[in-house]
Amino acid sequence: MLLRQVEYARPGTVDEAVRLLSSREDARALAGGQSLVNVMKTRVAAPELLVDLNRIDELRDVSTGPAGELVIGAMVTYDELIRSDAVRAARPILADVAVTIADVQVRNRGTVGGNLCSNDPTNHLPPLMATTGASMTIRSLEAERTVGADDFFQGVYLTAVTPGEMLIRVTVPTLGPAEGDGWASVTLGRDGTGIVNVAATVSAGRARIAIGCVSATPVVVEADADEVAVPKAVADASLDPPDDVHASADYRRHLAQVLAWRAVKQALEGAA
Amino acid sequence: MPEPVTEQTIRVTINGEVYEQEVEARKLLVHFIRDVVDLTGTHVGCDTGNCGACTVLMDGKTVKSCMLLAVQADGSTITTVEGLAGADGELTPLQKAFSASHALQCGYCTPGMLLSATYLLEQNRHPSEEEIRRGIQGNICRCTGYVNIVEAIKTAAEGA
Repeated sequence: MLLRQVEYARPGTVDEAVRLLSSREDARALAGGQSLVNVMKTRVAAPELLVDLNRIDELRDVSTGPAGELVIGAMVTYDELIRSDAVRAARPILADVAVTIADVQVRNRGTVGGNLCSNDPTNHLPPLMATTGASMTIRSLEAERTVGADDFFQGVYLTAVTPGEMLIRVTVPTLGPAEGDGWASVTLGRDGTGIVNVAATVSAGRARIAIGCVSATPVVVEADADEVAVPKAVADASLDPPDDVHASADYRRHLAQVLAWRAVKQALEGAA
Repeated sequence: MPEPVTEQTIRVTINGEVYEQEVEARKLLVHFIRDVVDLTGTHVGCDTGNCGACTVLMDGKTVKSCMLLAVQADGSTITTVEGLAGADGELTPLQKAFSASHALQCGYCTPGMLLSATYLLEQNRHPSEEEIRRGIQGNICRCTGYVNIVEAIKTAAEGA
């Protein structure tokens, strides 16, 4: 497939990248390219300038901060996330879920930042950011700011990252002693696109639940972490999920309740 | 700061040979490999990133070459299906196992399957059937000949 004519630049630093991204109205950051290159083929996206972030070493690190929190560079791939000892120690759910994204080749290229910034409602990482209390750090030419998941995810394919800005890292608090994470999903085939995804984190008997695939952004629900309260809280959230060839809206509402409890149950096992 | 360009000279090592060539920024890696370097073993199947027929090894990891720009491969080392066999044409144990197990019908998916399976066995010398199936998840065989493909990978792993 021949793409529309496009300009290309390969910055070596974040400073260069934000300067390039600010230089044109229609500049796009190219992360793993596992979504963007495909939508460019179909002409759904036709940016004038691609700013390739793949050679910016400062975005490729996973490290542990002073309080044990995980600091994940925006260009860390799913494969690197899966293999990271720091992730395994601080927040293993991220690796457990990343290993179910698409396939080996996509995991070798696809990135954490790309997953979050594309914010497709079926993406795996947005619900996890919402339950784990992650924060996203965004750079522009002038400033750096950090936002929580509630403010970061704004709509379908829409985040707090505005033109001229870029996501540089994600900070995820380490799991506390009596805390646990869970994940449950029903997908189109093994490791396929989600029909409904649910992430959950349990802390001191309370569950924070984020439901993906049912709205433009993850729907967050809180409840006591038990088998009655969790489905009830999800039912009370009056979800208005899409109705399509893969599942009716009613079935998605049903799945959301069932999967929420499964995710919370896993989180409780982890917390015990 | 690097200036935006629509064409760039890239240097890529493919199967041990260095290719230096000016390419358009919009050219996909798979087209560079097939049309410029003339290695047509790497196939274009779906062109949507689903089928894996265009899989190559880039710096040791499998990637779908239809989802990368050729300019992104600048400086990298790539192995295509043509680069698997030895210089004397001796097939790898995996290729021999594909032949022995009749792990292909039309053969269109075979180059991608071989690279994914090569990568799998590099990562995990003795994969279970489940691990093999997940290892080739990004490669679609439209003849649905998976049973023999899995069998061949198992045979190659047992011989390793």
